[in-house]
Parts: sequence; C-alpha cells; structure tokens
Amino acid sequence: MSDATNPSAGSPHVVAAGNSVSRRDFLNEITMGALGIAGLGSVAVSYQYFSPNVLFEPSTTFRAGNPDLYPVHSVTFLQDQQVYIVRMPEGFYAVSAVCTHLGCITQWKPDADMIACPCHGSKFHPDGIKIEGPAPRPLPHFSISLTADGELQIDKLQVIKPSQVLKV
Amino acid sequence: MATTFQTALQNLRETKVWKSIFRRGPANTNRTRSLAIFGNLFLHWMPVKVREKSLRVRASYYLGSISFLLFIVLFATGILLMFYYHPAAPNAYRDMKDLQFVVSNGVFLRNLHRLAAHLMVFAVFWHMFHVFYRGGYKPPHEFNWVVGVVLLLVTLFLSYTGYLLPWDQLAFWAVTVGTNIISAMPFIGNKVRFLLLGGNIVGENALLRFYVLHVVILPLAAFVLIGIHFWRVQKDGGLTVKPKDEDGKE
Repeated sequence: MSDATNPSAGSPHVVAAGNSVSRRDFLNEITMGALGIAGLGSVAVSYQYFSPNVLFEPSTTFRAGNPDLYPVHSVTFLQDQQVYIVRMPEGFYAVSAVCTHLGCITQWKPDADMIACPCHGSKFHPDGIKIEGPAPRPLPHFSISLTADGELQIDKLQVIKPSQVLKV
Repeated sequence: MATTFQTALQNLRETKVWKSIFRRGPANTNRTRSLAIFGNLFLHWMPVKVREKSLRVRASYYLGSISFLLFIVLFATGILLMFYYHPAAPNAYRDMKDLQFVVSNGVFLRNLHRLAAHLMVFAVFWHMFHVFYRGGYKPPHEFNWVVGVVLLLVTLFLSYTGYLLPWDQLAFWAVTVGTNIISAMPFIGNKVRFLLLGGNIVGENALLRFYVLHVVILPLAAFVLIGIHFWRVQKDGGLTVKPKDEDGKE
C-alpha cells in the first residue's frame, strides 16, 4: 500500500491534508528552481564571455615631447591621440578632442579662438568649456605630467579637474 | 499545346514518385486542394482559403510580401557576398573594393544587396503605416502587430550592423555616433556599448561582432519572427477587411 492512500502510516514525508504538496508539484518546483538558477548562471557566464579581458587597443598613455615644442598661448592638435595640448600663461593642460555629444573629432579654429565639432556644430573654448551645444558636457581634461627626462606625458584614462594645470 | 502539357502534368501527378513526395495525387477537389496546403511543410502555415477582397491591391498594396521578397533577395545576395568578405581589418575594406572593381559581377551583387536593404527599410515602414491606418493592430491582431514592430526593429538592426561592414569612413563614424547614442542609456549605457563593440573603440572586435549579428543572429531571428507573423495572419482570420471593401466601393 502506498503512502498516498494511507496518510496515517506516519512516514516523515507525508504532510497533513490541507497543507499537502504532492510529489509531482514538489519535483516540478525543484526542477523549475534548478533550471532558473542554471539560467541565471548561464546569463552571468555569457556576460563574462562577451566582455573581453585583453584588448588590443592603442595605449592610453603617451608622450608628447619636450614642453618647449609648445609656445605660450598655443593649442596643438595631436591627431594620433585625439588630444589638444594647450599652453597658456598659467601652464599646460591636455583637452580631449572627442566631442562629448556623439564622439566626433573636433577641430581647433585659431581664427575664431575656439574648438568646433564638424558633425553637429558644438563649440568649445580652448580650455574645453562649452560655448554651445548640442554637446551635453565640456571636453574633459586628461592627466598631464612630466617624465624624469623632461617630456610631457598624458594619461587618457585619468580625467582631472580643469583647474589642475601643469606648470613647467 | 496547353492540353498536352496539362495531360503530361496530370500523368505525372498520378505516378508513384509524385504521390510519395506530395503524399497525394492531383488536387482536383476542394478537399484535396486543402490537403495540398496542409500537407506541405512550406505551405502549411499559409491560409487554405482567402477572401477575394483581401487580395485586392488596396487591401495591402502587397507591402508585407514585398518586404519578404526583399528579405529573400538580401538573404541570397548576402550569402554570395560572404564568399569574398573577411570580417577583419584591413581585409574588410579591401574585400569590399575587390567586390566593386575586381570580382566578376561583384559590383552588381553588392549594389543589389545595398539597394534591397534600403528598399526593405522603406517597405517595412510603409507596411507598418498602412497596417496602422487600416486599423490592422486592433483585436484579434494585437499580438501580430507587436511581432511586426519587433520585425521592424530587427530590420533596422540588420541595416545598422550591415552599415559597418564596408569598414570605410562612413561606416566608422556612423557606428561611432550610433554606439555613443547607446551609451547615453542610464546606468547600463557604457556597459552595453562595451559589450556591443567588444572594447572601447570601434575596432576589429566591433567589426567581428557586427558581422556575426548581421549574418547569423539577426537573420535567424528575422526568419523565426517572419514565420510567426505569416502564420498569425492566417490564425487571426486573414487581413483586416474594411466595410467599404465589403461594399465593393473601395
């Protein structure tokens, strides 16, 4: 005689009537739970798989030569790095040339004394401050320092406050 | 002449080989005509009967069929283009130029693929507007309307992923701008952009990812959704026929 037809047998896995979970429901829920956990796990490992750990992209740190290359009151566009090296009386700073709107490369317009984006018409001061949109943010300043042998070094991964300038 | 041909076809349909392939003899009654549709894998999700009014040009302008025809053209030309295209830098751009200037009839295939893609986006949009203005989204067609909207998105993603593959300046900047739009999504934007590009810049990883999306994942999704879309047209009772169509006034 099976337990289901004899609830009074006192077996530990038989639950009182009214609070009963049938074997079928129990196994269904366990299976669905296990599949759910496996599903979440596969989403997690897929996410890891699709995020590359090693990138063969250009280095974000580069040297920009001797400071004497840049006259005072000058904006120099470094095409390979897409960075402006700006030298003002107060010091050096490195401004991103990538427009904060949609990533186009901006251009320095010496006649108008501003940086302009050819794609959608955003305009910036040489210190990156926005003159007019559609760019939502000013151009970021990158960390700029001097190496031991006296060359400028810029790190494009480190964004610094515009008030920080390098005095040489 | 026609009778000779018809007799030959009739005799062919009585042969054992024909019957073994199509599971029945000639479709000469309404019942056997229906069975010819039911019993064919490629036709069984099509309607056995349609209302004459729903076949009129004004009922649909055949825009869905035109979109599907363009999809088939894109599928065929796309497979042929794959024989000459490497999804890697700098090969991709050179292969595209080879198709234009070196490969026999390559420029024809490439332009056919490109023009059919432009036309398909146009046809799918027109189809959507037409269905909308005829009230084709109303019950019982709501689910199929949603499937259609997803198909519109798949069409646009196919168009967008294909745009990067020539690997020229237009492609590079279009994808730079497009993926920067994605990164404007709150919280997850930058992560989604990183996953889509396989890096921080539009480089070789991005080219390969867009290629796989363009030639495998999105076409598969489109085929499955198109199957559901056609099948639901039949299950939901055919095209929306307006009262004025019934009156025959058009």
